[in-house]
Amino acid sequence: MAGTAVRGRLTWQVATVESVRPETASVRTIDLGVPDWAGHQAGQHLDIRLTAEDGYVAERSYSIASAPGEPVMVTVERLDDGEVSPYLTEELRTGDEIEVRGPIGGYFVWDGEDAPLLLAAGGSGVVPFRSILRHRAAIGSAVPVRLLYSARSLADVIYRAELEHPGDGVEVIYTLTRQQPAGWTGHTGRVTPALLAEVAWPAGQHPLAFVCGPTAFVETVAAALVSVGYPPDRVKTERYGGAGAS
Amino acid sequence: MSPISRGFHGRRREPAGDAGRVPPGQYLTDDFPVLSAGPTPHTPLEKWTFSIRQGGDTSRSWSWADIRDFPEEDVTADIHCVTRWSKLDTRWQAVSIDTLLAQVEHQARYVLAFCDGGYTTNLPLADVTGGQAWLAYGYDGSPLPPEHGGPARLLVPHLYFWKSAKWVRGLELLGADEPGFWERYGYNNYGDPWREQRYAGD
Amino acid sequence: MTAPDNTQHDEALDGNAIGGLLQEIFGTEMTTAVGTCASCGATAQVAETLVYLRAPGTVVRCRSCTAILLVVIRRDEMNCVDLRGLAALEAV
Repeated sequence: MAGTAVRGRLTWQVATVESVRPETASVRTIDLGVPDWAGHQAGQHLDIRLTAEDGYVAERSYSIASAPGEPVMVTVERLDDGEVSPYLTEELRTGDEIEVRGPIGGYFVWDGEDAPLLLAAGGSGVVPFRSILRHRAAIGSAVPVRLLYSARSLADVIYRAELEHPGDGVEVIYTLTRQQPAGWTGHTGRVTPALLAEVAWPAGQHPLAFVCGPTAFVETVAAALVSVGYPPDRVKTERYGGAGAS
Repeated sequence: MSPISRGFHGRRREPAGDAGRVPPGQYLTDDFPVLSAGPTPHTPLEKWTFSIRQGGDTSRSWSWADIRDFPEEDVTADIHCVTRWSKLDTRWQAVSIDTLLAQVEHQARYVLAFCDGGYTTNLPLADVTGGQAWLAYGYDGSPLPPEHGGPARLLVPHLYFWKSAKWVRGLELLGADEPGFWERYGYNNYGDPWREQRYAGD
Repeated sequence: MTAPDNTQHDEALDGNAIGGLLQEIFGTEMTTAVGTCASCGATAQVAETLVYLRAPGTVVRCRSCTAILLVVIRRDEMNCVDLRGLAALEAV
């Protein structure tokens, strides 16, 4: 049954899993066929609702990894004590149906603004930034971008192959927090105010920052950006739940 | 109608032999989900007290050391959260509320538990006496972790677990019932899981 | 070093997490709506509030003073919304 087309009204609709593929050992990308998808902006998310045979319902939100205009793609990290993520990353198969609602969110959106862009990702917080980067390429934007990506190890970097060729004007800076490959010359350990001060566009360039990832990561990074002169309204934050939230 | 998500069952398990211990509408879990309506308080033990208040005054107040001096009980209980998970045979180390209330003269018929962070919940006195309620500071043999209400929480297993107030700092003794936090937002005033009293009016 | 008094609020999400719920309730995108705290007067976009999802209800708090702004309980397929903590809520 098709959802209503009332402008602004969000309705649940049935999506079909078109394909699934692993990104890392614990992260999987899901391509969805959503018949009445109204399109989305870069940075928005969707809600997924699962219903068990006995009527038990669980709902979670996931950032959209694809650019505006591309088919809906989400990337889900399996959280060990999660309720929904183990299902989405291990059980879900091509052809399965799930309910989705979206697109959602008008705050954490990059609309092509002509300002240097700082994207700070903690773990799976990189997902909405894939949408932003692909959108930037699609519209031929030349805004300079720095993506600061904090991951546990190189093996945990999502979209690693794509990020090897991020496009002109896009610089990707990794910090690997738990494990580094032999000969690694890049940053290690968690993002610190010092690392941010080094990597962030100077406040005088009127940059725009997006910070996404676990709450603790977002709090640390957002506070550090404000302390190097970013006006709070130029630092957009999206916090992901960790343990117990999936 | 929502399609069934093939193969989805969450983190629940079948009641099997435990079916008689699971109230209507509940699912069993082996986890211990952390639910919170606000920031986790962190009162240092040297500043922590548990008080009985009535008529606007503090009738008795005990320090952490005082509480630990009372006889400790090992309590094993099934617990039932209004969000539909139940966990069987949870083990707590606690002081009986009977023991604490015996130290105070009163004619109260209701209590309102008050907590760090501002949470409250109300109960009839009859439901926190007679061996039905404890001040719990240990879970599974270890100090109660902050996310589960440590240093100490109320433990009233025969009612939905929102009544087992986390970060409890005392009981207000009342002559008339006064709804607490979730009760004021639409949850049931009493909360008996066996009669499925989740919401106001149930 | 973690700031004392939970000023980091590491266990909370933000208003982005309830974007779908609020759009369902208000019929429009609300993460950019600006709320005024009835307790301390601070204004903030809904996306920047403290949100506690893991509770018998959804609790939204002021990031400045942690007072409750709004609470949503779901019962019988209905959302019961308590807005008393907001002095104002203005959708963009």
